[in-house]
Amino acid sequence: MNNTTREQMNVVIVGHVDHGKSTLIGRLLADTKSLPDGKLEAVKANCKRNAKPFEYAFLLDALKDEQSQGITIDTARCFFKSDKRDYIIIDAPGHIEFLKNMITGAARAEAAVLVIDAKEGIRENSKRHGYMMSFLGIKNVTVCVNKMDLVDYSEKVYEDIKVEYTEFLKEINLKPKNFIPISSREGDNMVTLSDKMPWYKELSVLEALDHFSKAAPDYARDLRFPIQDIYKFTAEKDDRRIMAGRIESGTVCEGDEVIFLPSKKTSRITTIEGFNLAKQTEAFAGQSTGMTLDTQIYIRPGEIMCKANEKQPHVSSKFKGNVFWMSKEPLVKGKNYKLKLATQQVPVVLSDILSVLDASELSSIKNKPQVDRHDVAECILETLKPIAFDEVNNISETGRFVIVDNYEIVGGGIVLAPVFDQETSLNQHIKEREFHWERSDITPGKRAVKYQHKSAFVVVTGQADTGKKDIAKMLEEELFKLGKFTYFLGIANESLASTSNSNDKTLKRVQHVRQLGEMAHTFTDAGLILITSISDIDDYDIETLKSLNRPNKTIVVNVGENRFSEGYIDLTLPKTDFDAEVLKNTVTQIIQLLMKSIVLDPEYSI
Amino acid sequence: MIKQKTMSKLDVIESQSIYILREAYREFKNLAMLWSIGKDSTVLLWLARKAFFGHVPLPLVHIDTHYKIPEMIEYRDKLARKWKLNMVYGQNTKALESKQTFPDGAIDRIACCKSLKSEALKHTLAGDWPRYRMNHQTGKYDLDTNTEPYTGVIVGVRADEEGSRSKERYFSPRDRNNDWDVGDQPPELWNQFKTDFAPGTHLRIHPLLDWTELNIWEYIERENIPITKLYFDQGEGKRYRSLGCYPCTTPVESPAKNVQDIVEELRGGKFANIAERSGRAQDKDDGGGLETLRLDGYM
Repeated sequence: MNNTTREQMNVVIVGHVDHGKSTLIGRLLADTKSLPDGKLEAVKANCKRNAKPFEYAFLLDALKDEQSQGITIDTARCFFKSDKRDYIIIDAPGHIEFLKNMITGAARAEAAVLVIDAKEGIRENSKRHGYMMSFLGIKNVTVCVNKMDLVDYSEKVYEDIKVEYTEFLKEINLKPKNFIPISSREGDNMVTLSDKMPWYKELSVLEALDHFSKAAPDYARDLRFPIQDIYKFTAEKDDRRIMAGRIESGTVCEGDEVIFLPSKKTSRITTIEGFNLAKQTEAFAGQSTGMTLDTQIYIRPGEIMCKANEKQPHVSSKFKGNVFWMSKEPLVKGKNYKLKLATQQVPVVLSDILSVLDASELSSIKNKPQVDRHDVAECILETLKPIAFDEVNNISETGRFVIVDNYEIVGGGIVLAPVFDQETSLNQHIKEREFHWERSDITPGKRAVKYQHKSAFVVVTGQADTGKKDIAKMLEEELFKLGKFTYFLGIANESLASTSNSNDKTLKRVQHVRQLGEMAHTFTDAGLILITSISDIDDYDIETLKSLNRPNKTIVVNVGENRFSEGYIDLTLPKTDFDAEVLKNTVTQIIQLLMKSIVLDPEYSI
Repeated sequence: MIKQKTMSKLDVIESQSIYILREAYREFKNLAMLWSIGKDSTVLLWLARKAFFGHVPLPLVHIDTHYKIPEMIEYRDKLARKWKLNMVYGQNTKALESKQTFPDGAIDRIACCKSLKSEALKHTLAGDWPRYRMNHQTGKYDLDTNTEPYTGVIVGVRADEEGSRSKERYFSPRDRNNDWDVGDQPPELWNQFKTDFAPGTHLRIHPLLDWTELNIWEYIERENIPITKLYFDQGEGKRYRSLGCYPCTTPVESPAKNVQDIVEELRGGKFANIAERSGRAQDKDDGGGLETLRLDGYM
């Protein structure tokens, strides 16, 4: 059979420490003849020389020694073949200290073998690991009740464990494919059925593995194409603008109408791109590919491309999820973390803890103020910008996330449901601000009469090098000459947020926009015309600035190419190219707009 | 009608590698790819062309030990010119001038590797030793004016090569001294990798971790990737299975004359059960040779 077409499956072996995971793997390797030539004999001879009984677990240790000399079997991953397919066995550490590594290994697995010691019975990590399988969404699970030789191959012992553990798995919504009584040391029920347990007539471990079905990516599902990056390589006169990424679900064809979320921008697929590939008109789940669009829309990496005529993911800045915490520092409310979901990266805060689960006992703790290491918690998370996501049971690839703190991935999670009804922290903040703000007795109206104009916040935006700052400064000067009360706030994009001592770019940007909005509100409340220039903002940032400056007026002027959606920009002007004439003309147009927007209305009176 | 949509094993690992390369390209401003001229990193280079639609928008760094088999340098520069690569090399000039090398100097293989590879790599990446960049106008190498440290370094190691490499992550942090903490590695959940890093640290990125030696050759065959002829028998019944410096790399007995022959040899033939690096002497000098070297920043 052609090697390249053989199926491959990743299987993780989990269970409590000393319940026989390594022995099980050693036995599988030995009995399927997957060991290097002479290995088994060598380890047996070595045991004899040292007068200690041979154990199959030694095979793994022996392989470890041999690795540094270049043999191609490793501890973390062993390779073996059955008649049906190739397996990669991931040996997961059973000790709680290594839970982080266990999760890393298990997150790559498509199937799991959970080992329970017949004599010791169900222990803490039997439950914890069972729970993690459910959490990680591993559907193929076989439970092996090991060391049956130590309990005289008793059917009753096996049945009792089976009943108790099934009960436990039911609570966490995990249905194992099968239970198998085994002795990996004696080789019972490993590859073929053993005559020591005539009462067991189902599958051996190897047969159970071969019975696992590989979850084929469901092409019938809705399209999810998270944009990883947008390329415009100009070398060799290449003029393609390519949306690059991997299709996580569904299919896409040339000509398809697509929508990008959360921005809601729409377009149509022109071509499917590739290198050293025959021309394709369709791409499907699993492929890392690229596409060009028939309109020049501006979106950022992180957006999810979907089909316009299919069910779309949720767009919200709040959702309910289960979080598994791995850091020694607890997860706490009010602190800024970074959330990564598909290719989106956005600041996130823990807004509420609904319950914390002790995964080994399955007892849930209410009113716990924080999430500690190894806890699993059901929480409400709030991102500081809306994101697109699915419920994990619907499309898992866009329903899973990680949380980053201080450069490290410290938590993993799954999305249970979006939360729409609750207030965002931004709106809540504005409400609180209004409540606590002691208003001056000089009303905005009185100020407007005195100053001969209403207040306004003028935002000059656009791409870099379009002359925004020159425009903003000249506007200030011209208004000042007209006798208006105005101020140009010239502050580099990230310096406002510098107090946050965060190195997280996404957080810095959000904080910069918020602080700018906050300052604008103070200036406009004082009756001034505040002018600023800012680049690299999106629709949502404009929305944020406007919200924070309310009830005062915000006017957004875009210079150069307009990358915003309809309704966000009050005036679009061409690039100045640093030409004095164009600059003057631009400023005149802005002043005319300000006149019309009643800001400078000479007829204005209370 | 729904057409059959299947991905072969090679399609699956190719897609994953491309995904990793694109993650790295988006997240790291100063990103470089190590190109050792061997088959693995040449496949990596090819995957970059796949990921970036025919372009290679990042520098390729070669650590020249001056003990490389001469055909390797010839092949490097030919491909660099043809594909218009942003080709950079660095070396341990001091050790070479003072002959602190194996077998000429009074040092062993491991110390030589450490000096000509690990040290040269460390300083070339950090930018505090000279880097030489190919000038495509003249076809020669000029002193590189860019001395910024690379914060992301893409390396073509595979998990099946030997023990320490099997423990690697796709995105693997290194501290200021290039040290690797095997015991405390970051988690990698689903397709979320460690792409954030503290100032002064950098990340090694390993897109080929899931590939086996056989996969590499199958892919070279499928994609028709140009590969140095040192891997093939030139009529003497010998070929290189793994490429390194000539004092420490011995060819293997093999009549494989082309890629198809090598694939056959690995699938069921004489090398099906023999480790690839068995011709690399530094792995054997002290038992855990490669792990010792890798803790210190070796690829």
